[in-house]
Amino acid sequence: MPPEFDRRGALTCLGLAAGTVFGLAGGVLTATPLAQAATRGVGRPLFVQLSDTHIGFNKAANPDVGATLDRTIDLVNNLPIQPALILHTGDITHLSKPEEFDAAHQHLSRLRVTELHTTPGEHDKIDGTGTEYLNRFGQASNGKGYYSFDHDGVHFIGLVNVMHFKAGGLGAFGDDQLAWLKDDLSGRSSSQPLVIFAHMPMWTIYEAWGWGTADADQVMALTRRFGSVAVLNGHIHQIVQKTEGHVVFHTARSTAYPQPAAGEGPAPGPLVVAPDELPRRLGLTSVTIAPLPGLASLSDTALA
Amino acid sequence: MKTPSRLGLAVAIVLACAAPTLSVAQPAAPTAVTVPIKNFAFMPMMVTVAAGGSVTWKNLDGEPHTVTSTDGLFRSGGLDEDESFTFKFLKPGVYKYICSIHPQMKASVVVR
Repeated sequence: MPPEFDRRGALTCLGLAAGTVFGLAGGVLTATPLAQAATRGVGRPLFVQLSDTHIGFNKAANPDVGATLDRTIDLVNNLPIQPALILHTGDITHLSKPEEFDAAHQHLSRLRVTELHTTPGEHDKIDGTGTEYLNRFGQASNGKGYYSFDHDGVHFIGLVNVMHFKAGGLGAFGDDQLAWLKDDLSGRSSSQPLVIFAHMPMWTIYEAWGWGTADADQVMALTRRFGSVAVLNGHIHQIVQKTEGHVVFHTARSTAYPQPAAGEGPAPGPLVVAPDELPRRLGLTSVTIAPLPGLASLSDTALA
Repeated sequence: MKTPSRLGLAVAIVLACAAPTLSVAQPAAPTAVTVPIKNFAFMPMMVTVAAGGSVTWKNLDGEPHTVTSTDGLFRSGGLDEDESFTFKFLKPGVYKYICSIHPQMKASVVVR
């Protein structure tokens, strides 16, 4: 069993669509499930994480992934205070088809928050090179896919770990990207909070299914001197979270379909669940929550 | 990873030994072979086809896969559930391939 999954009584499922709102409270990054944020407010949200929208998927596990994405977008749009940014942690499409990217764009353009940051998943580069993805989302990175930016005192780093798979199926960043990251972080104050987002988990959740990133340790070594690091991933369509010192690792649920927990069954992939259970499996509440003003009852574990 | 492949080899040998009684010549290789893709594996991991014959892969997983030769000879692109890809092999040889999305999925085609 992955850590933190299905274990905490507090991790009840309340949401109908995936997504997580992140805010800054006293300089500490905090996470709140989107559904709760929509109904109760979270102060000033910094950004929302969406993941694994898989536009184009239409099988039994969820015949209408556009509808569940729209429900997620409605939740974001109905937040009392709009976040500044949206981060999408990959698998925007299911098969990298141009028409899937077009449809994804149409859905995502409904977001009232217009600043969208993305990183590709392996489903966004089935064409081999990721050309279709980079043509549409590569401007911020000069066609590389990985890039960084600052917002509200936080340094955001979008990394790509789906271009160089290692034997066994683990993701990898590769030497060029690691060299770029070292350069990007050099001279930066260690007190600046970092938010790192990439598609595949940046710690090994289940190696047999490739749920990890072979050279993630090198990224973590480069960020070790920083006082607050949040690592946000997708790929596995379920919440798994761990905290190591001042680093919190978090994987998001999908807006499209659930996957089995690590090692349950012969292989990963779309998991068919009862129709009335699906919204709960796409639900978003399994994020542990740091104390927030007015939301003390939701407090469980600090995210950062 | 080693154990299953050794097992696969052992099964292949057993099957070879059980093939047509007292036949001295090798049985003719089939001219058409189907390889299902299921549970993140090509089944079987090695097939034999006659030169000029074709192999058809069909993805039975809900997760998309590709059939991508390691030397660039053939490339299916993304195969969604129940989609197929066929390639005709003209020259004898051993052709290795992987799923480019899940490179732990390795297999080969023997053409003779």
